[in-house]
Amino acid sequence: MAPSDLRYTKDHEWVRLDGDVATVGLTAYAADQLGDVVFVELPEVGRMLTQHATFGVVESVKAVSDVFAPVAGEVMGANGNLAGSPEVVNSDPYGAGWLIRVRISDPAAIDELLDAAAYERLIAEG
Amino acid sequence: MTEQAAVPLRETALVDEHRALGAKLIEFGGWLMPVQYGGILEEHRAVRERAGMFDLSHMGELFVDGPAAGDALAAAVVSDPRTLVIGRAQYSMICAEDGGVIDDLIIYRLAEDRFLVVANAGNAGVVSDALADRLAGWEAVLDDRSMATSLVAIQGPASVRVLQPLTDVDLGALRYYAIAEGRVAGIPALVARSGYTGEDGFEIFVDWGLGADVWAALVRAGHDADVIPCGLGARDTLRLEAGMPLYGNELDRGTNPFEAGFGRVVKLDKPGDFVGGSALARVAERGIAKRLVGLVITGRGIARHGYPVQRDGRATGLVTSGTHSPTIGRPIAMAYVHPDDGEPGTILAVEVRDQAVAAEVVSLPFYRRPR
Repeated sequence: MAPSDLRYTKDHEWVRLDGDVATVGLTAYAADQLGDVVFVELPEVGRMLTQHATFGVVESVKAVSDVFAPVAGEVMGANGNLAGSPEVVNSDPYGAGWLIRVRISDPAAIDELLDAAAYERLIAEG
Repeated sequence: MTEQAAVPLRETALVDEHRALGAKLIEFGGWLMPVQYGGILEEHRAVRERAGMFDLSHMGELFVDGPAAGDALAAAVVSDPRTLVIGRAQYSMICAEDGGVIDDLIIYRLAEDRFLVVANAGNAGVVSDALADRLAGWEAVLDDRSMATSLVAIQGPASVRVLQPLTDVDLGALRYYAIAEGRVAGIPALVARSGYTGEDGFEIFVDWGLGADVWAALVRAGHDADVIPCGLGARDTLRLEAGMPLYGNELDRGTNPFEAGFGRVVKLDKPGDFVGGSALARVAERGIAKRLVGLVITGRGIARHGYPVQRDGRATGLVTSGTHSPTIGRPIAMAYVHPDDGEPGTILAVEVRDQAVAAEVVSLPFYRRPR
């Protein structure tokens, strides 16, 4: 189940809001679809992200998958632990498997994101 | 839906077993096949450390019979199957007139005048047609039993221990690249000691409808040894570590056996002509245009099929297969590069999303099993 305190995108990213800072990760559904994650490429701190644009890459044994910025803003931090332990994206997608923290430049963009119920419907529809 | 998906996929006799085991099924070579059951890494490790089971019923099984079967095959493929002792196998390729690879094959000699040719799933039809064509005029008959044969493999160090109690074939006496007739779980079978994983293992050919029974018997026999079913995902990472080519990646019509590093398979001096022989003789004389190499990625990034390879900023080739190697713990790849850039120890770079990522040429295979 998608945690109810998070917001989601149609591209299967989750967003945890804390003031104007958003923590972003990949949903359990996406991680499961991708399979065993073996490589994660994340942006430098300070980079400006455009909403919906690619900000990084998550690779499983078999596949390469882009990850998209749910909101526009400046990268405040990237999860450095994933360089050595990319498998955490599978084992703890909503916790230790987080990808980046972003200072949101347009708070109104949050309203475009899905709530947990809407995201659950999305993946149920396939 | 794409147009390709409109063609119904073939299903093996084991598809219900795969579904019951929770497999993720994908299209491969025109077949609906399990890509993974649990996870690729888990399945990969099972084969390296214990054993794993594979449904390979999508492969093509082509029997060639007749007094001239050996001569006819020798004229059709690059190797010389006539040199095989009964019960042994050889790796081979079937080429076009221009020397391009139509498919890579394993040829088993079952009797003086009876051979089994195993072709890749996606090429089975093409190989069957080419063989039928090339056998015309010889006292040899082709019997394409691809849709009448189930093929189940067990691969890994525990294979003998798990399989021996199920079969009357003396596995200890069966050498690598050998085949014997016997029974597995009471079912008439051909048992070959061969595989595509770099481990010891067996491939078991049975009648199509009995594939599920052999599979079930192996599941039961392997339970205590923690043998698990493995999909095409693990098969791909296992064969890549073992430096084995995959048709469509390392091999295709635009590649000849010498470029792929299999010049030793081509018997230019065998008695009689063979299809592609004169073109391949010219290659042997003049040299190759590209060379297949192994790469260990030393920078950060995973090389994938189609990524460009450079040396000192100059283009030298393309990656054919690449993944994160579960056994080595680093990204590995195979690539075609300019022959001058293929010596082990050469430092190249793979272009990964516009970044040049350092890679070192290494000799294949990446992984060799402990003996």
